[in-house]
Amino acid sequence: MKYLEKEAAITGIGISDVGRPLHRSGLALTVDACLQAITDAGLKPEDIDGLASWPGRSEDHPGMSPVGLMEVKESLGLKLNWFTAGGEAPSQIASVINAAAIVAAGYARHVLCFRTVTEASSQTKSRRASVSGSAEKRVRDDLQFQIPFKAMSASQWIAMFAQRHFHEYGTTKEQLGWVALNARRHAAHNPRAIFQKPLTMDDYLGARTISTPFGLYDCDIPCDGSTAVIVSRKEEARDLRKPVLRIEAVGSAVHGRYSWDQYSDLTSMPAQESADMLWSRTDLKPADVDVAELYDGFSFLTLAWLEAFGFCAKGESGPFVEGGQRIGLDGELPLNTQGGQLSGGRLHGMGHLHEACTQLWEEGEARQVPGRPQVAAVGVGGGPVAGCMLIVRE
Amino acid sequence: MTETGPLPELNQDNAFFWTSGADGQLRFLQCGDCQNFVHPPRPRCATCRGENLSPQTVSGQGTVHTFTVNHQPWLPGMKVPFVVAIVELTEQPGLRLTTNIIQCPPEEVYIGQSVRVVFEQKEDVWLPLFEPEEVRS
Ligand SMILES: [Zn+2]
Repeated sequence: MKYLEKEAAITGIGISDVGRPLHRSGLALTVDACLQAITDAGLKPEDIDGLASWPGRSEDHPGMSPVGLMEVKESLGLKLNWFTAGGEAPSQIASVINAAAIVAAGYARHVLCFRTVTEASSQTKSRRASVSGSAEKRVRDDLQFQIPFKAMSASQWIAMFAQRHFHEYGTTKEQLGWVALNARRHAAHNPRAIFQKPLTMDDYLGARTISTPFGLYDCDIPCDGSTAVIVSRKEEARDLRKPVLRIEAVGSAVHGRYSWDQYSDLTSMPAQESADMLWSRTDLKPADVDVAELYDGFSFLTLAWLEAFGFCAKGESGPFVEGGQRIGLDGELPLNTQGGQLSGGRLHGMGHLHEACTQLWEEGEARQVPGRPQVAAVGVGGGPVAGCMLIVRE
Repeated sequence: MTETGPLPELNQDNAFFWTSGADGQLRFLQCGDCQNFVHPPRPRCATCRGENLSPQTVSGQGTVHTFTVNHQPWLPGMKVPFVVAIVELTEQPGLRLTTNIIQCPPEEVYIGQSVRVVFEQKEDVWLPLFEPEEVRS
């Protein structure tokens, strides 16, 4: 079979200011990121004929997704041949996974993909960011099976997956801590990261408990910011400003139960199915990957993605990250090189993709992985939400 | 009284589940053709696609599949700590409920612990919570 995502390339990236809070509208941040991405690619707004986002405008949580496609279209005067946004999709990078197929099919030549959050400036005393359900309203969707039991935050749901992983494989809190410590040491070299001060294991272990085994530093930081990525037909990408970043393979599978509690193996979830799909679409192997940007909305999710991609055996992600050497900038698998979301801020998956491209284009400056990285793995999502991508610099 | 979170909105599909505890029994939809328990309630059995589904009483016994001791108050005034757990019912592997473990100090909850259902009524909803088996003995 011919895998058509290989006909697609990432040609430009953009990122707005990131902060908490920024006191600017989500749309203003989005336009900043989008124009930056268009310029980065060497394109003009007139060249953009596709637009995509995840999850589209949503009022579910404060600041979770404040910007809709058409506001961006109207702000930039785009002439669109194709557009889509929706939350029922394989992860927060689903817009990019979709766009790869769209440019391969020729519906559009250059698709602008974005993700915007204003969670820092939108949360109030009574409505925290990323808490599902409110005291005033009854619950209608499938979260009715979580929320009445005060299981109102992904931190609790995913803490239970981590606890199960601890139980089955002997993973320890200190091993989990290395995901957070690694993110922080990389964030020190990222001027855009929210937390840049060094974090020690004592700081990590001494932080207040959120929901066992998670403490404060196992949870990412709500922030304001926008990230944009341009996906182009590869044949068009060759004429553009930067080296071609080919989308080598994507993973977008969910085979088991779509559920926060009934998926058979809660320690892996559909991240495993997505990564299996990805590897089935390429001749490359985990050992070929030079840099990994793996979702860390919660520390444990990075461990789950390490195992899903096969960077280590099932159950062995704890020892894999322990000590941090292996996952440092000069380690065998540099991981979350911009500080992830744990220290960089919750740009919700698109920040990981942005960083993967930054590294492949060797634009990482003080945090650049040495040795001209050529292959990057991006795994995004947690719980039943999972999508992944392998990107190759040609 | 156990403090609860926001309640579910009852409808024709889920009302039997959320009011089942009125007589002290826990019920799930069960497929009359292949005996598969279907949860959350759906119009078809996802195993055999049959539509011969009806609420059936289960033992209410299960084991703690995993859990977390929550320390963060997610709503103003929420009392902490409390235990959120995923309990697997004895009737079928993977038939699980997210719930709270009560009548047990949080530090004594463990994976594999035997628990049984106990209901907490809030307005028109009976929430299935779980307590250690040994409490009732
Ligand atoms: Zn059946």
